[in-house]
Amino acid sequence: MKVAVVKYNAGNIYSVIHALQRLGVTPVLTDNPEELQKADKVLFPGQGEASNAMRYLREHNLDKVIRDLKNPILGICIGQQLMCRHSEEGNTDCLGIFDVDVLKFQPKKHEDKVPHMGWNQLENPTSELFKGFTEGEFVYFVHSFYVPVCENTIATTNYILPYSAALHKDNFYATQFHPEKSGSVGERIIKNFLEL
Amino acid sequence: MLAKRIIPCLDVKDGQTVKGTNFVNLRQAGDPVALGRAYSEQGADELVFLDITASHEGRKTFTEMVQRVAAEVSIPFTVGGGISELKDVEKMLSAGADKVSINSAALRNPKLIDEIAYNFGSQVCVVAIDARLDENGWTCYLNGGRIPTERGLFEWAREANQRGAGEILFTSMNHDGVKAGFANDALARLAEDLTIPVIASGGAGSMEHFRDAFTVGHADAALAASVFHFGEIGIPELKEYLRSEKINVRL
Repeated sequence: MKVAVVKYNAGNIYSVIHALQRLGVTPVLTDNPEELQKADKVLFPGQGEASNAMRYLREHNLDKVIRDLKNPILGICIGQQLMCRHSEEGNTDCLGIFDVDVLKFQPKKHEDKVPHMGWNQLENPTSELFKGFTEGEFVYFVHSFYVPVCENTIATTNYILPYSAALHKDNFYATQFHPEKSGSVGERIIKNFLEL
Repeated sequence: MLAKRIIPCLDVKDGQTVKGTNFVNLRQAGDPVALGRAYSEQGADELVFLDITASHEGRKTFTEMVQRVAAEVSIPFTVGGGISELKDVEKMLSAGADKVSINSAALRNPKLIDEIAYNFGSQVCVVAIDARLDENGWTCYLNGGRIPTERGLFEWAREANQRGAGEILFTSMNHDGVKAGFANDALARLAEDLTIPVIASGGAGSMEHFRDAFTVGHADAALAASVFHFGEIGIPELKEYLRSEKINVRL
């Protein structure tokens, strides 16, 4: 199986590569359009700031390439946010794959710390991405911006408010949490994605 | 609901864990990577690796160890010890660490916190504070608790928070190694004062101590070393216990 990881200016891309390697897959890290189109699966991970990431993607024409992909692609964390319409982070126009805007968490009480960081639970998981899952599995999050619940939501998490922990539309999948840092549960999600 | 975190801490010298361990069914107890993986499989939520090596060679070994942890362990991990400038942080992050912990370097040069937060994001920056309670209140110490400073625990923690720290890892020197519980009063005040998570450290001796750090100290995470390394408390039983005490932990 050919697996490609989108190469761009976001951090923490190597942890996804390591997670794939633990599953016996050696991915190629690339920003080459043809390699991304030819891959059986594409991962679009990373941590970073939305406006810088989008500027980089546009400069390298990767915005169009990602939007036009027909093969299954999994956005992770900032990857998920970039796949949405717009982000409050840096007032950034994003890829517009998911017709929803990314908002900044607004704490309601002292205990609502931002970023939302740590292990939280998946609710209402409804996708082949979560095959074999029961309600309330824990996954690892680190983020200050969130995607509201929308028609593409395939799992929610409750922090300050219920929001989208994962999205799906056609060949596009995305998680706000980090499956590559979520122990055996995260491993299963990556495995499920590879088996789509 | 966001889970309270349990964090084993491993001291590493020249690539080996320092304190002897009698970890169940682990043949290479001295190998921090094998130990980290075992903790991860038992349900640890994060790991902390502290480099207590002084030599240049040892530091290189530590970086190689960080790369191996990143490759083999599937939960987040923090590295600390000897990080004094931005390029050390960059080296650790590019080796695969999720977060770095800074202690003396932050007290000597508080701007380092701003720089880490600006360049890599707050979530990367754990500010570790070693403090001792004496007749003048809580005082921060440098160099692994050897040199007292002029700084008080609470005002320094607030400054670190404002400068962009992502978490405070507070070790009470009065409680560390005593196994009589965490410094819950100070923890509760930190939780009240700060807008970032607090990790309790120093004093774990029983499962009840972890409960109290969460319920009385309002800590977001609890860190311990010897009770885990010597198998006095197993992480699965600890988490079952905390769950039975109505504390939300990841099982």
